[in-house]
Amino acid sequence: MSDPMIKLGVPSKGRLMEKTFEWFAEREITLKRTGSEREYAGAVEGADGVALVLLSAGEIPRELAAGRIHLGITGSDLVREKLADWDSQVAALAPMGFGHADLIIAVPSCWSDVDSLEDLDAAAHRFRATHGFRLRIATKYHRLVREFLIREGVADWQLVDSQGATEGTIANLTAEAVADITSSGETLRANHLKILSDGLIHQSQATLFASRAADWNGKQMRLGDLAKQLGVAAPEL
Amino acid sequence: MADKAQSRAMAARLLEAFRAAGALEVTPDILQPAEALLDLYGEDIRARAYVTADPLRGEMMLRPDFTVPVVQEHMANGAEPARYAYAGEVFRRQDHRGPARSNEYFQAGFELFDRTDPEAADAEVFALFEGLLAKLDLTATIGDMGLLRAAVDGLDTLPERKAALARHIWRPRRFQHLLARYSGQIPVPQARADLLAGTRSEAPWIGLRTPEEMETRIAALHADAEAPPIAAADVVALNALAELRCPADRAPDALRALGIGTLEPAIARLERRLEALAARGIDPAALRFDAGHGRSTMEYYDGFVFTFSAADPALPPVCLGGRYDALTRQLGQGREIPAVGAVIRAGLMADLEARK
Repeated sequence: MSDPMIKLGVPSKGRLMEKTFEWFAEREITLKRTGSEREYAGAVEGADGVALVLLSAGEIPRELAAGRIHLGITGSDLVREKLADWDSQVAALAPMGFGHADLIIAVPSCWSDVDSLEDLDAAAHRFRATHGFRLRIATKYHRLVREFLIREGVADWQLVDSQGATEGTIANLTAEAVADITSSGETLRANHLKILSDGLIHQSQATLFASRAADWNGKQMRLGDLAKQLGVAAPEL
Repeated sequence: MADKAQSRAMAARLLEAFRAAGALEVTPDILQPAEALLDLYGEDIRARAYVTADPLRGEMMLRPDFTVPVVQEHMANGAEPARYAYAGEVFRRQDHRGPARSNEYFQAGFELFDRTDPEAADAEVFALFEGLLAKLDLTATIGDMGLLRAAVDGLDTLPERKAALARHIWRPRRFQHLLARYSGQIPVPQARADLLAGTRSEAPWIGLRTPEEMETRIAALHADAEAPPIAAADVVALNALAELRCPADRAPDALRALGIGTLEPAIARLERRLEALAARGIDPAALRFDAGHGRSTMEYYDGFVFTFSAADPALPPVCLGGRYDALTRQLGQGREIPAVGAVIRAGLMADLEARK
């Protein structure tokens, strides 16, 4: 017999974990870590047949896609970036109202002539003709940025990978523009960067996702009960 | 679905037919240097091709198509005129699920490099593929990217505007946006107006792009702001051209009716092509003409384009081809040669044949 429990993947630390616990507590489900401070074990009270799995937020999209967890909480940006054809692999059950962050395109503030994607495209064309290579955009969100710029019909750019300190790449001459997550814009301003007026790629927030690949056999009713308790529509899986 | 052996057998059969039509077989490597492909296609190709690394040769790609290596080989040491044929696997990354989304499939193709009579060459290639596909009840659609280009070149406006539009012919969304901007259909954004009024950022200069590059662009924006808008009637004619669809025999008259003066040489080329097709026994009335054909999917074609498609819209075209003179210029390091060619998806053709 298959494991009867619905596995719920939750970020294992920080604000994202705390806010998730609060969100469930408001719906009369208590999630808590058990054991020592360093041990990633957890328990669920107030909902039957749900097991808590504590994971790094960055790994939750992959675990959902593989079907090793049934439900998971992570940023919608991570799901869209890490999963090809994301909505064929997971279903978004509920935006949770925290963990807000915008994925945006930013350029140096000193570029007075660049305010929009139209300007970026024109500047990229001239940049390529002058420097002999495409205008470089530093990011770790390759899929989202690429899909956005291709959809918008921007040409003569290339992505360069940047896994951290992305805002510094322009001053370091390894990129001309950046595509990164921002919530307050403070880091951008401190690095003399500005957001393009139409450069918003994705508004991310923490979201409860359901895996389409997980074994839901015999768990559909339990999922329905849980959805009702959480006040969200049960997904078509 | 055809299995690998059936697809390979079909590719071999097509290769034999291409050789019988006078082609020399070429066998480009499966591992291709990524640089030329990336330079040509930009990030689009990174989303569609498998990139890998070789410790000595650097970034490599699993062959996403044959055309680029065949052109490179011809430009390096080919005699003229030349006919080439090839058959083998191509590799495409797929970001979406679906029955037609193979990431590894057999292609067989034929490429003709000839500077004597381009329309006769177009007809030769089209007729060769039409003959091979005749029994499969496919729909043939032809187009010509040169028409839209000629219409853009003929606009009564700044050369910079024409160049910007020509650059985006393959990206219809940006093309329409620029056309609306240059014809005054969308208002000048506040940021642009402020810039032209002299507003400048006080932020410190950072990055590789220089203040001089910015000033050059601002000067161009001033010139643009002072130029009169593209006439509304020209925009209407250009959009009517992009959307023109009719049986191919009626296309020349329909194009002339648009009243775009600079289109005439391109229309004359289309007429010569249709005559050359008729001389090979292909009835232009049986071909669909679509002036926008190939705009968003067939990026390196810059003249004649064609596809053969099955009725099922979920399937990719069985065959697609066209003229790519500009590609030979880009890869030719100062040399160029008119070129036209096409490929067949061998596995798909085997499937359709089996259903007959």
